[in-house]
Amino acid sequence: MPTAPGSVTPRRLAEADPTNEVMEIQMGPSHPASHGTIKFNLRLDGETIVDVDVEIGYLHRGFEKMCEQGTWNHVFPYADRLNYASPILNNVGFALAVEKLAGVTVPERCQYIRVIGGEISRLTDHLTCLGMAANEVGAISAGFYMLEAREFLYDLVEAITGARLTVTYCRLGGVMKDLPADMAERTRFALKQVRRIVTDCDRLLSRNRIFFDRMRGIGQISREDALSYGLTGPLLRATGVSYDVRKAQPYLVYDRMAFSVPTGTEGDNYDRFMVRMAEIEQAMRIIEQALLQIPEGPIVITDPRYFLPPKGEVYTSIEGLMNHFKLVIEGQKVPPGEVYVATEGGNGELGFYLVSDGSGRPYRVRVRPPSFYGMAALGAMLEGHMLADIITTFGQINMIGGECDH
Amino acid sequence: MTSDAFLNRLVALLPGARPFPLEDARGEAVIVVERDAVASALRTLRDHPETQFEQLSDLTAVDYLGRTPRFEVIYQLYSVALNHRLRVKVPVPDDDPVVPSASGIWKSANWAEREAWDMFGIRFEGHPDLRRILMYPEFQGHPLRKDYPLNHRQPLVPERDPIARPWFPRNGPH
Repeated sequence: MPTAPGSVTPRRLAEADPTNEVMEIQMGPSHPASHGTIKFNLRLDGETIVDVDVEIGYLHRGFEKMCEQGTWNHVFPYADRLNYASPILNNVGFALAVEKLAGVTVPERCQYIRVIGGEISRLTDHLTCLGMAANEVGAISAGFYMLEAREFLYDLVEAITGARLTVTYCRLGGVMKDLPADMAERTRFALKQVRRIVTDCDRLLSRNRIFFDRMRGIGQISREDALSYGLTGPLLRATGVSYDVRKAQPYLVYDRMAFSVPTGTEGDNYDRFMVRMAEIEQAMRIIEQALLQIPEGPIVITDPRYFLPPKGEVYTSIEGLMNHFKLVIEGQKVPPGEVYVATEGGNGELGFYLVSDGSGRPYRVRVRPPSFYGMAALGAMLEGHMLADIITTFGQINMIGGECDH
Repeated sequence: MTSDAFLNRLVALLPGARPFPLEDARGEAVIVVERDAVASALRTLRDHPETQFEQLSDLTAVDYLGRTPRFEVIYQLYSVALNHRLRVKVPVPDDDPVVPSASGIWKSANWAEREAWDMFGIRFEGHPDLRRILMYPEFQGHPLRKDYPLNHRQPLVPERDPIARPWFPRNGPH
């Protein structure tokens, strides 16, 4: 029917229709479905995401500023609290960076211990991520099973470091203490339990129709975009790029370990999930090989410039006492210079950029948090998807507030 | 290629670049690029077949208070294809802390530059949306500058009405 000039045109009709309105919603910063304090400023067309602005920073504690106040060893407790799902990996990453700056190499046994501790941390990180991913789409039992597996690993971490979460295990030039005598036995037991549970969860989830439909094709990102956004770790490997710092630029004794780097093809949530599932098995392989290969020997360096003397010397000799005093009060005088050391953290490339001015305190400590760059890409991953897909995508980025907001 | 040969090749390739002493960087490849040349240098580093840095791993800054120029902006580059790293340092003066944005070259520069602005007050010219990322909009000063006192108290800010004054821009890309 022809309409008179000035009456309702289709365009004005669309404007008048309330269902076409783009709705602005602020989701978070304290939302029960997102594990982490984060805010999504959403623009929704119905339930479809038109645009999402991710707001981070709620857990900012000034990590980098605090590091400049203490000595180099004072950074380790802070490093634990970056990615608290895998504290030993952060410890190892920072230790390697500052040791490169100081020009020291830790004894071989210590390198193996760091690999073992780090891989246990990687297991706890992946189990947390996958368990919560299942939990958030309603598979609560799978979530609890994975947490049970994590408990066995936390028992191991407690046996090694004395703490479950805030381990502060590494030092400049070594680790705090040696592995327990029955480490091999404990590990065999723990890994057996983890394998049993992960196999169960694999059967529960991987070919589950509901789970598959919630994950497949969601949060997809192309290989080019993933590289451009600086994605690393499981997020990048899910797009098919086989980049793992442990393989590409081996550190510690990873070059002596046989393990594979699982990759995906689609770059979606399901591939990220499967890559992490496969990495759990690879991490267990590394732990088992390291326990077979680990040699006897010292676990710390004996360089008096960087490492505290044995307590016996501190109490009985003036040199030992002075050495102890100088290291504690003035800190290790790392020669001036700068390094960037990348290690494979739980969620990707965990880099530390350190600048020393030759005094006992760090001049600048910069952490490259992998989940920060994952969160930067979240907006691009989500556009055009549904509101409920935020939860699965956010879960697979595995944003750890302490690390992302440093 | 050794770091030494690689650096010489880069210096020949990029105008306005000079090598950073290897011993100070513990053998890592580092170049210093002048601010005027950095935009073209970064684009060359991404696209040149000998460098192929597809990834900007990290971007940050360092405040060398008392030195001229005072700031340095640091780019950590990584090439997945060729498996090598490079660090690019750009000196930035205190009185004019502006650097051309790399967000058109690597998407990861977007958030990283926002963080560098937030923490150091270095502006990135051409950035699509340069606002604070870790701190709140009313925050005064830039906390990672060396002259920002550790125990400095911020003034209380009135509650913000999110409808009247949204934190994110209403129109335009985020």
